[in-house]
Amino acid sequence: MNSVKQWFRKGDPWVWLNGGAVAISMVMVIGLLLLVGYRGLSHFWPHTIIQGTYTDADNQPYTVIGEISDEEWVAASRVRDSGKDIPDDVKVVKRMLIKTGNRDVTGLDFRWLVADNLTDVTEPEDVMMVERREWGNFYGYLVAMKENGQVVASGDAALAELEKRLERALDLFDQIHDIETKQIGAINYQVERLRLKEKRLDLEGNLTPAAKEELAQDRAILDQEYAVLKAELDALNVEIGRDSMVARTMNDVEKEIPLKLVVQYKQPNKMGFFTKVADYFHQLWLFLSDDPREANTEGGVFPAIFGTVMMVILMSVIVTPFGVVAAVYLREYAKQGPLTRTIRVAVNNLAGVPSIVYGVFGLGFFVYFLGGSLDALFYPEAAPSPVFGTPGLMWASITLALLTLPVVIVATEEGLTRIPKSLREGSLALGATKLETITKVILPMSSPAMMTGLILAIARAAGEVAPLMLVGVVKLAPTLPLDGNFPYLHLERKFMHLGFHIYDVGFQSPNVEAARPLVYATAALLVVVIVVLNLTAIMIRNRLREKYRALET
Amino acid sequence: MESTSEALFGVSEERLSKMRRYRKLKDQAAAHAISVGGMSVIFAICLIFFYLLYEVLPLFIPADMEERTTLTSYQLDDPWFTVLEEQGQVALSVDRNRGPIFFSAVSGEEISNPELPVTTAITAFAKDAPGLKTYALGLADGSVLIQKPSYSIEYGATTQDKTVVPDIIYPLGSEPIQMLDGEPIAKLAFRASDDLVRIIVANAAGELFMKDYTKTESFLSDEVELEELDRVQLPSVSGTLVNLLLSADQRWLFLVENGGKVEVLDLRNPVAEMRVDITNVSSADVEITASDFLLGGYSLLLGDSNGVISQWFLTYDESNKPYLAKVRSLTLTEGVPVTTLQTEHRRKGFIAGDAEGNVGLFNTTAEREVRDEKIAGSAIQWIAMSPRGDSVLFKATDGAPLNFHLENEHPEVSWHSMWNKVWYERYSEPTFTWQSSSASNDFEPKFSLMPLTFGTMKAAFYAMVVAIPLAICGAIYTAYFMAPGLRTKVKPTIELMEAMPTVILGFLAGLWLAPLVEAHLAGVTSILILTPLFCLLTAFLWSRLPRELSSRVPDGYVPVILIPVVVFAGALSMWLSDPIELAFFDGSMRYWLSNEMGIDFDQRNSLVVGLAMGFAVIPTIFSITEDAIFAVPKGLTQGSLALGATPWQTLVRVVLPTASPGIFSALMIGLGRAVGETMIVLMATGNTPIMDMNIFEGLRTLSANIAVEMPEAEVDSTHFRILFLSGLVLFIFTFLVNTTAEVVRQRLREKYGSL
Repeated sequence: MNSVKQWFRKGDPWVWLNGGAVAISMVMVIGLLLLVGYRGLSHFWPHTIIQGTYTDADNQPYTVIGEISDEEWVAASRVRDSGKDIPDDVKVVKRMLIKTGNRDVTGLDFRWLVADNLTDVTEPEDVMMVERREWGNFYGYLVAMKENGQVVASGDAALAELEKRLERALDLFDQIHDIETKQIGAINYQVERLRLKEKRLDLEGNLTPAAKEELAQDRAILDQEYAVLKAELDALNVEIGRDSMVARTMNDVEKEIPLKLVVQYKQPNKMGFFTKVADYFHQLWLFLSDDPREANTEGGVFPAIFGTVMMVILMSVIVTPFGVVAAVYLREYAKQGPLTRTIRVAVNNLAGVPSIVYGVFGLGFFVYFLGGSLDALFYPEAAPSPVFGTPGLMWASITLALLTLPVVIVATEEGLTRIPKSLREGSLALGATKLETITKVILPMSSPAMMTGLILAIARAAGEVAPLMLVGVVKLAPTLPLDGNFPYLHLERKFMHLGFHIYDVGFQSPNVEAARPLVYATAALLVVVIVVLNLTAIMIRNRLREKYRALET
Repeated sequence: MESTSEALFGVSEERLSKMRRYRKLKDQAAAHAISVGGMSVIFAICLIFFYLLYEVLPLFIPADMEERTTLTSYQLDDPWFTVLEEQGQVALSVDRNRGPIFFSAVSGEEISNPELPVTTAITAFAKDAPGLKTYALGLADGSVLIQKPSYSIEYGATTQDKTVVPDIIYPLGSEPIQMLDGEPIAKLAFRASDDLVRIIVANAAGELFMKDYTKTESFLSDEVELEELDRVQLPSVSGTLVNLLLSADQRWLFLVENGGKVEVLDLRNPVAEMRVDITNVSSADVEITASDFLLGGYSLLLGDSNGVISQWFLTYDESNKPYLAKVRSLTLTEGVPVTTLQTEHRRKGFIAGDAEGNVGLFNTTAEREVRDEKIAGSAIQWIAMSPRGDSVLFKATDGAPLNFHLENEHPEVSWHSMWNKVWYERYSEPTFTWQSSSASNDFEPKFSLMPLTFGTMKAAFYAMVVAIPLAICGAIYTAYFMAPGLRTKVKPTIELMEAMPTVILGFLAGLWLAPLVEAHLAGVTSILILTPLFCLLTAFLWSRLPRELSSRVPDGYVPVILIPVVVFAGALSMWLSDPIELAFFDGSMRYWLSNEMGIDFDQRNSLVVGLAMGFAVIPTIFSITEDAIFAVPKGLTQGSLALGATPWQTLVRVVLPTASPGIFSALMIGLGRAVGETMIVLMATGNTPIMDMNIFEGLRTLSANIAVEMPEAEVDSTHFRILFLSGLVLFIFTFLVNTTAEVVRQRLREKYGSL
């Protein structure tokens, strides 16, 4: 007993509790990274499809085909409350969330089943998962292939036929997609520009008959081009509608699926390990490179990645010069006194102001005030629809540049502080002016520090969502901010963003259960990007410190 | 000399000095440019502040009133009622003898006097609900005629050149409705809803009669068919009737009587039980001099001979009995009788005029006199207002009507209504409520910032409760006890947390943690108890270990030993969760809480927010605290240790007091971050603006409120500016917190510099 008292008096328990706090923090960080990583990356692994017979008290036994997407143990009383018949002596039961797909046939694509009631579980080899462009996944057995409504193959031969015909359909789909978005999109864009041009001429009073004639000619050319494309598109649409597959669902309904709606099909129970690995990376690639489908709950996140990158690049271009100049001023020019202290307070405040306040400021000042003025000055023809007077890429970039300014300043200043005085003095002694010393000696030497600041700023901007919700991010942008239409970079367009994508799909989506894996995958992607950026920044900074330490001695 | 420069650089001295001058100029220019660049940081922060202020200020600027013209050609004497149309160009007066007369709102010149279909004298007048244009005339032969002004716009040569052409239409047919048999109508009230028209009249003797008509609109034409229902005689008036007011829902009839008395009839009850309340609305010597409904037809406005205008509405007492409650009173001029009231058509506001020629603009929700002004030397006879609320006509007994332009953009907020309890219509008591919009037109917006501020504080409080112990204890260990090799790994890892996007933390909190906490409430609770207990237990066992064993792990590696313990404690708690819930809480602690304890439980609650936001705040506090402790000069600690203090004693008595300003500033900055955090609270709570400290209920913070409502707010509306105000509140709060923290830190740096 005495020894315990002694032990306490020495303070050891408190030291251990403090150590415990570190341990808890570490467990939380690593746990979070593992959780997001596991949940996000396991989504792409081909899941085994199970088949079993489910018996409910009040229902006829029926067959279930699907993927197991979650399992949990719950108190039996809760399951009883929801109307399930559980024997009285059972305290806890295992529930499984089965993704059965086939939303068009059965109405719901996820169901919670009590594990004990699911019997005769098998993993049939030829059961198939079909990813569709509408109605989510389909699970079932391939029965036959049809061409123009006529069966061309059935039984075992159907699979080979499906492979062949799906390839053709996907090829056609790509062609249609290209015509619809790129070529017709370009024509629409030019038509809109002609309309604005006409309105502008009208406003300026220059809409002469000659100008009208010219506009009409341009329009006629575009109409002609459009007619050609339209004919081509119609032909392709007929072509792609030719084939369909017939498949049997778990409740023995035979369902005909047109191949134009099929993205891919899989028989995961047949796959060997290496096929699965290959499929894994294929799915990962599709996720990174595809457009979203079905209200963002399926498909890929390419536009969101693209939008994030564009925004971050623009922001970097804006924030770097300002941040570096401010840091150079603080370190090289300003006399240490009340003024520098005020600037430091200002920098710290810029860093501490809640990001949503930047959003509010950006919306009011940049979008409505500056953007509104720009519109009135330069785009009178577009009125009443705004060009820059509405949230968009440019305003988002500027707002985030303001938000990340302190990050760049602090990091650059740290780099400048570490440059030994002797280098400065040496340069000045050789007759260089202060400016020359800074541009030729100091800045090149501290460029890794600037790099660090910029990388940290990018990491911050990539993950920031709250201000972007107000100044330019949307859940679904019809066009990318960069395309083949003059002037190529469309600063006024709205864009998609990875962070907002997570919020939107996870919280605003009609089918949260179906969207969840995708949200985890997006979150994992974002976490990976941010961790890599931060580690890079930390590495550069550490290297820099080592280098200067060597210089000082 | 010249030859030296030639020899050295191959250029003449002249060119060299030119170059030097150029270089000097460039240097100076750059110095200025860079200084400006440095100042731009201050400029940026000032710009944010002043722009937010610029958006917010109009909320607090009093309304502006400007006289435009005098309507010299106006001839009518004391009409029943006058109103302006939408554009503010044409006005309609209902004259006591000639009926409706349209006149120019600029000059007062008569435009037209549509003929009445009957020739009987007009003896009474009543308006439909506020905001509607229909009105009724009571005639000397006991019949009632219902009319409505209608305006069309005729364009001239250009779009600018437009004239308003007024006319009178009969929405319920031009045939007068017979209410009394041959007696003149003394007082009149009427309401027309989509399917029911209810007319109530009083005769000279104070007997009340009510008649209902069902209204059916024919599909082919716009014609309306009225089907007469029974005429009912209502309970008689007990005093002298001053005004008859029927609520917009056609259920309640208010009888304003002499002697400051108001009787309330519930028209749904059988006649014998109709009279539900008689209230003395003023003391005996004060008379009610003006009465009307506020927009919505629910609240009564009563102006009295003392210059006070009070708002009353029906509410229910504990026994569910309706009674007329005095909600608030506003004073125009103390002691001067109110002569007329005019309610706004689209807002909960009104204009009042008194016997000395003063007029005042009021808003009831904000309980605010927006503007008052003496515009005449005699009593104000009537006030007319345009539906937009930007043009008003005032008529004093002496002199012609005056046309005023009103600039009254944001009357519905005041400092009082944002931070104090407000008694809103249809509420049984004053409350703090945030409800910014609704589908209905006569909706009373409720802009109390209290629930949001409370939510912000609540979220920040729970976050700090989670973050402070973990961050500060962790920082103490890392800075003071940890082995240097381990420190270089641990510190960046925890700082990596800071870079974690909050949208990811919010998403995990909302979609993973919230259901987990709900399902394993007992497990989560036991983690809080088991983890420190296990840490202590491990520490004790470790101290009992033989020296050879324990010395294998070097000093300062405690966290490495404890990581498996923490993981084990967590896993054990989760594993124990179901058995505990089965044994003590009938299988589910969540249901037990709400059913047995009566504690409301939301899935996305403050506990989840506290955990997630605590996680986000830990690295901020940790990093600054760690720096502060690590920067404590080694001489101090070594001195203390050399005097025989144990490391713990040194820490508590020497290191922590020295580093305390740094720790304080860490807490401040952490608090600032918790207060302004948006995404986590947005995703991890249900965003319900309630005021309840219950940890298992949701909340809405200022920042989340901005994120939710800003995209829908109409630009430059009151709602929009209030959202800017919440932004400004956040800005000022974090500004104070961060500035304090930074000043404390700068002091600390100076102090250490001298040590």
